[in-house]
Amino acid sequence: MIVVVGAGPAGIAAALAANECGRAVTVIDENPAPGGQIWRGDADQRWVVRFRNSGIPLLAGARVVWGDPVSRTLLLELPDGARQIEYETLVIATGSRERFLPFPGWTLPGVFGAGGLQALAKSGLPVQGKNIIVAGTGPLLLAVAAYLRGKGANIRLIAEQTPAASLWPFGWNLAKRPAKSLQGLRLAWDLAGVPYVPASWVVSANGEGRLQSVVLNRRGTVVTEECDYLAIGFGLQPSTELATLLVGPDTLVAATGDAELALLEGRAAGYRAAGNVPKAAAMDPDLRRARAFADELDKTFALRDELRHLADADTIVCRCEDVPLGRLEGKDSFRDAKLHTRCGMGPCQGRICGPALNFLFGWPDTSQRPPILPARIGTLLAEDQGLRE
Amino acid sequence: MPEIRVDGMAVNAAEGVTVAIALLSAGRNRFRTSLSGEPRAPLCGMGVCMECRVTVDGQPHALACQVVVREGMEVAT
Ligand SMILES: Cc1cc2nc3c(=O)[nH]c(=O)nc-3n(C[C@H](O)[C@H](O)[C@H](O)COP(=O)(O)OP(=O)(O)OC[C@H]3O[C@@H](n4cnc5c(N)ncnc54)[C@H](O)[C@@H]3O)c2cc1C
Ligand code: FES
Repeated sequence: MIVVVGAGPAGIAAALAANECGRAVTVIDENPAPGGQIWRGDADQRWVVRFRNSGIPLLAGARVVWGDPVSRTLLLELPDGARQIEYETLVIATGSRERFLPFPGWTLPGVFGAGGLQALAKSGLPVQGKNIIVAGTGPLLLAVAAYLRGKGANIRLIAEQTPAASLWPFGWNLAKRPAKSLQGLRLAWDLAGVPYVPASWVVSANGEGRLQSVVLNRRGTVVTEECDYLAIGFGLQPSTELATLLVGPDTLVAATGDAELALLEGRAAGYRAAGNVPKAAAMDPDLRRARAFADELDKTFALRDELRHLADADTIVCRCEDVPLGRLEGKDSFRDAKLHTRCGMGPCQGRICGPALNFLFGWPDTSQRPPILPARIGTLLAEDQGLRE
Repeated sequence: MPEIRVDGMAVNAAEGVTVAIALLSAGRNRFRTSLSGEPRAPLCGMGVCMECRVTVDGQPHALACQVVVREGMEVAT
């Protein structure tokens, strides 16, 4: 059996492709519904409908916490206990999460990841009438701002750290891709009247017990803006824990960028998992084009150096263990920091501070150990018994 | 509309929302208290940051952004 972890665009496409080749497939996702980050809760989305109609079984609400590439077994944690599942070929389509960077006040309630606030709004958080500042970098900021505005939020401004000089050439390249420029026009329409300010970024977030105002560097001028929520997005970070843990001859990884690339990568991985090499190879030109676009995005929205210097000595870097930047002085690696300050040792396992420290100091985060997500003791005991049997 | 209790106080939640949404909608800003005493609230909204941890029906460390409200649920921050 082919097992696909992740029911986002990549996982759905992989499962459908393998199914099309006549192979038995099962999909696992920790969320109650398929769709991943972009289509979660959108039961009418074309691909979600196709997936549902295909009859491919989905193990929803099941989180893969451990696995063994030798016995080809995954350990799942479900609300009512643990379960093991075996696979012949595994497709990992676990997507990505947001990258966060520390700045003074980023721990205040009311400061959200941009995609995080969108996800909360998608699942029912009322944002009607809320004053929201969207800041960071990349096209996700526009998608989030347009979505929140559609739900009645008052978007004060979108602060994009990339300078205008880099955005223009990108805009020209976009114009050569009809589908993408249509999406762009649509967003521009939805966001008409909202200031989109390049070369601008958050300097600090302020408030008593919750966010009340944000200080921005607005094209070289420091301004203070009042707001209820701040949505920050500094790009996406692939979730690679499972892929690192389960490297094996029968593990395929569907890397992701935007949903379009995720669909293509997933489909190609699904064909390869089913052993249909010609179908996978036929997708190469499309994949190359989509990857080139993703690379262009990464280049255009590369983080500027100033963002490395937003945090001061008192700014908390590790939110789980409350480790301020000042305590990391003199440490020369993430490991060193972990041993001496507990930075990255809390329940998020360095998922938030790891990518930040990678950007701040260039430290690679090489310390992932199973279980990949805090698992209940019972789940791990089940694994232990499984090994002893 | 399910009614839940948050730190002993009745809060009306919309049907089918997560505990995080119920608390934020009710204007609650302190989901947990950090080691140095700061209030913390959801950051990632997707089960990664662990900032939204609350106690649900006596079970500590439940992720408010992942748990759906149920009539009579007891939430402690
Ligand atoms: C918060 C956020 C918001 C985003 N919003 C947008 C947007 O509005 N528009 C846009 O174009 N792009 C958005 N993106 C980019 C998005 O990553 C891609 O558009 C697309 O969703 C990628 O598809 P995917 O299938 O690779 O990953 P995802 O859609 O992320 O799907 C991966 C799935 O794997 C599951 N999973 C991960 N690990 C495990 C595990 N251990 N066990 C079980 N299941 C697991 C997850 O629950 C998830 O459902 C967003 C990204 C993030 C992180
Ligand atoms: S908000 Fe990040 S884990 Fe719940």
